[in-house]
Amino acid sequence: MTSESSSPVCFAPEDELFACSAPQAFNAENYRKDFPVFQQQVHAHPLVYLDSAASAQKPRMVMETMQRFMEQDYANIHRGVHELSMRATEKYEAVRGVVRRFINAEHDDEIVFVRGATEAINLVVSSWGRKFLKAGDEVILTTLEHHSNIVPWQLLRDSIGIVLKVVPITPEGDVRLEDVKAAFSPRTKFVSVAHVSNALGTLLPVAEIIKYAHEKGVLVLLDGCQAVSHAPVDVRALDADFYVFSGHKLYGPTGIGVLYGKREILKTMPPYQGGGDMIASVSFSETTYKDAPHKFEAGTPAIVQVIGLGAAIEYVSSIGMARIARHEKTLLDYATEKMRGINSLQIIGTTANKVGIISFMMPGAHPHDIGTILDRQGVAIRAGHHCAQPLMEHLGIPATARASFGLYNTTADVDALVSALRKVQEIFA
Amino acid sequence: MTEQALDSDLRDLYQDLILDHGKHPRNFRVLDKHNHEALGHNPLCGDRLVLYVTTDPNGVIRDAAFQGSGCAISVASASMMTEMLKGKTLQQAETLFQYMHGACTGADITALGIGEDDADRIQALSGVRHYPMRVKCATLPWHTLQAALKDEKKVTTE
Repeated sequence: MTSESSSPVCFAPEDELFACSAPQAFNAENYRKDFPVFQQQVHAHPLVYLDSAASAQKPRMVMETMQRFMEQDYANIHRGVHELSMRATEKYEAVRGVVRRFINAEHDDEIVFVRGATEAINLVVSSWGRKFLKAGDEVILTTLEHHSNIVPWQLLRDSIGIVLKVVPITPEGDVRLEDVKAAFSPRTKFVSVAHVSNALGTLLPVAEIIKYAHEKGVLVLLDGCQAVSHAPVDVRALDADFYVFSGHKLYGPTGIGVLYGKREILKTMPPYQGGGDMIASVSFSETTYKDAPHKFEAGTPAIVQVIGLGAAIEYVSSIGMARIARHEKTLLDYATEKMRGINSLQIIGTTANKVGIISFMMPGAHPHDIGTILDRQGVAIRAGHHCAQPLMEHLGIPATARASFGLYNTTADVDALVSALRKVQEIFA
Repeated sequence: MTEQALDSDLRDLYQDLILDHGKHPRNFRVLDKHNHEALGHNPLCGDRLVLYVTTDPNGVIRDAAFQGSGCAISVASASMMTEMLKGKTLQQAETLFQYMHGACTGADITALGIGEDDADRIQALSGVRHYPMRVKCATLPWHTLQAALKDEKKVTTE
């Protein structure tokens, strides 16, 4: 569970109370010092990193924890009887507990380590999907899904003939519960949706979706890639059947992600890949498998990355996910207001239910031109289709520019963004 | 970076000629009687253009036009390319492609003979060579040209 902090407490004299309002009290400037990447200039400007939704920067303690682990405790896990292997195994398995507490799962064995959210979804599709779905069964997705929550299902559709039902979004970028309900039919067997849209920042009504799906006896997977880094997540409060996320968007290393699955569901699922470390015993006539999570972790896993993920979760938990959420909301509101002040800039996804992601367009300036001009001023944003081509097609646009916030961003970063956007306006006037 | 240095840096890429063609692309239409056509697509950024070329029996390009959407660089490149192509032989078009490709990637193009006017235009487009992520924007229309003339229907760059 993440540490929930109370409202910022201020001990300053009364006339300085104003200075203690939320953004200052959070003191992103201080946290920023934990990230060595900000010690540089880009194109002779201080780095303004507004692309955390693509991948977040890493705090020093994550790198140091990984380095120290390799220097002192590294060996393969679950194998050797020697000291290092035992230490490495212990530290690796301990991270399951760290993840469990972070998302408030019930059991450590509900936490499966995978390469990233993409592999987690592929695992569920290949294992659960192939076992429990048959031709004509329906799986519900939404228009705003990331390709990683579309293509695995299409592969299964092409292979066994399931039907994909796609819930539309409103012009504001919202997914409405009634539209999700309308997509249900007696053939509906599974719902696989984003917790938060990576392209628009929209927060989906996932608790209500899950409640409705469960009334119909339908399981739900949440793609939590853009949620875990922005707000506290409680898989038990949500009653999610599966929850997936990647470590690198959570200030951890690449190559590591998490599949959470309810214990009783994981138990029913066949292995995803075969290999070492996932078996109980092997003979050429018959092989038996370990229980979850190990039956889903064939081969030597990303041991060092798991250690790094554990450190990243400890880092954000020490700050408090609720405080990070409030900080990013403050930045979002500040940026939204400032960007609305730029003539002709259009924000895509205007719902109030969103996290620190702003997709936008400027008529006459293609998102890639915006991205290049901002880069030359030290401002890093994402430009493109955000791996959500069906969403872009739905919106009738080829691409957007996207600024996304992390715990290290400040209102000064927003000011730099706005000033850099004025240069775009100037060039494309 | 000072304001002046930033401006000069960005102006190297976004020259007036590029901005003008990007905003007001020439030959932006479907060619009714074309005998070559190809779709150019960069899935990374969503740039997409359809190029139409009409050649006569002697292998001379009589007309060229395009439609599509993309960034200022790719639209300007397509627009200027269609202007350059008119009246060129297929061999001259190939030389233009080689020149353009070389100019954008920093290759030696001194031995390639093209007209002064064409060289100036390609010089303007070649500002992308300092922006590795943007080279594909400028060269997409030219790869599409090659596909069209070889009667390949589609080219994808990434």
